[in-house]
Amino acid sequence: MIKVDSLTKSYGGFTAVDDVTFTARPGRVTGFLGPNGAGKSTTMRIMVGLTPATSGTTEVSGRRFADLPNPGLEVGVLLDASAQHAGRTGREILTVAAHTMGLPRRRVDEMLERVSLTPSEAGRRVRNYSLGMRQRLGIATALLGDPEVLILDEPANGLDPAGIRWMRDLLRGYADEGGTVLLSSHLLHEIEVIADDLVVIGQGRIVAQGTKTELLASAGTLVRTRDVPGLARALVDADLDFSNLTDALRVDADAELVGQVAHSAGIALTELRPADGAGLEEMFLELTADTQRDTQSIHGSEGAAA
Amino acid sequence: MSTTTVETDLVTAVARPARPTPAPIPMSRIVSVELRKSFDTRSGFWLLASVGILAVLTTAAVILFAPDDQITYDTFGAAIGIPMAVILPVIAILSITSEWSQRTGLTSFTLVPHRGRIIRAKLAVALGVGVASMLLAFGIGALGNLLGAAIVGVDPVWDITGGDFAGLILFQILNMLIGFMLGVLFRNSAGAIVGYFVYGFVLGTITQVLASTQDWFERAQPWVDFNYTQGALTDATSMTGENWLQLAVTGFFWLALPLAIGLVAVFRSEVK
Repeated sequence: MIKVDSLTKSYGGFTAVDDVTFTARPGRVTGFLGPNGAGKSTTMRIMVGLTPATSGTTEVSGRRFADLPNPGLEVGVLLDASAQHAGRTGREILTVAAHTMGLPRRRVDEMLERVSLTPSEAGRRVRNYSLGMRQRLGIATALLGDPEVLILDEPANGLDPAGIRWMRDLLRGYADEGGTVLLSSHLLHEIEVIADDLVVIGQGRIVAQGTKTELLASAGTLVRTRDVPGLARALVDADLDFSNLTDALRVDADAELVGQVAHSAGIALTELRPADGAGLEEMFLELTADTQRDTQSIHGSEGAAA
Repeated sequence: MSTTTVETDLVTAVARPARPTPAPIPMSRIVSVELRKSFDTRSGFWLLASVGILAVLTTAAVILFAPDDQITYDTFGAAIGIPMAVILPVIAILSITSEWSQRTGLTSFTLVPHRGRIIRAKLAVALGVGVASMLLAFGIGALGNLLGAAIVGVDPVWDITGGDFAGLILFQILNMLIGFMLGVLFRNSAGAIVGYFVYGFVLGTITQVLASTQDWFERAQPWVDFNYTQGALTDATSMTGENWLQLAVTGFFWLALPLAIGLVAVFRSEVK
């Protein structure tokens, strides 16, 4: 269990994390989603005591991180896989961590096997590792103490598709055994396939949070027609919020209502269904549009989802 | 609004069995981890190995080049002291700064979320390594003295007293502490190493010149110049009570105070 309560971090006049409150529960994978620079990493660094908070508190397993007697056995942390001494071998990095936690040496071999690093790879210096290998090593370090909580910052970065699949299964299994997993990403698809709960952050503020199912449901209805302008007019008349997807409209209303509006306007539909995944992606872009560096121009009308 | 039934997620009630609270990490373990970390990289290993290598090279140079009547233990001790004054502080500097420069602090300070404990462990390791290095270097010097005397064909001269010996070790330990202080203050390998050379060599030269040209500075020097007061340790047995007091006063301003400032910064800073 991870609890973040009214967390704020400001640097001079800039507020990197702005009154963030959420809980990552045991048995679930919580996805921490936001564009680059949204405050994900800062929040995670505050959780593990590397950055002091301006105000607010964080708790892991019911305690402040600094009060954990042997944090490695309770919380697995991976903040930046590249933050390792380039001159150490992968095995040595794990050995040092295992020694700090007071674990037996064989745990290192078990972990190397678990993250599929071969003995020859483990004997190489980290300088010669690919980003994917560093991520595997970082995950091995996080899992070393068999912790109940995992805090992972962009763990899928640099992994190939098979690696991402492997990590997904690993984290799923971890949560299914009752572990708490918090992982951040700026890639929606990555999070969407694995997370049970979502916390979406933009410019330091939480813009949406809830279970994935809730957020998907609130993403409305996807509707297709050959007469887009006609349907758009009808929707405006019916006072419904909607937005343009590439080849369809997404409406903030359920399918039945949208169907009725189309019917009374005499517009033939080619497709009408809950927006599902497409909606979540659009929601992400929408929620973070103001905070995004590149202005997206994909939505015709504003729609306050979530 | 949506009338679709929001599928209420079943909160998976797979609570893990409650675990016993782990025992806290003992200080001795942190010290041994830090000791290991100072050996386990190629650069760290060679830095430590260079203590022995440089002691051997310096000893050989003394045997080769020193005039016959200078083949005494004091000559060996003085010669060995020069490379030690460079290498030992660098060891101390890197033990601190690599956590920031190599960014290993992200892991170190997360596994032990009390920076003070890690810094104390590093200090213990640095002091241990310093004393051990000096004993090793003096041992190599002693062998050199025996060998040199045999080559020249005289009886070996053992002209370092116990007090001098302790003074020389203290001299090097202070150098290490200066390195440690600069590491804590700068938290950057290159900056701290350059800082050490400025502090020890550039500043030392400037104060020497100043003292030889300005009367007022020459009078003030024993109370303001740490390099000067520290230098007295190379002849520790002839130090007066006033000399020790001067060492303490200058050490406070040049070592303890900046170390305290650096430590406050280390405890407050962000580790990225």
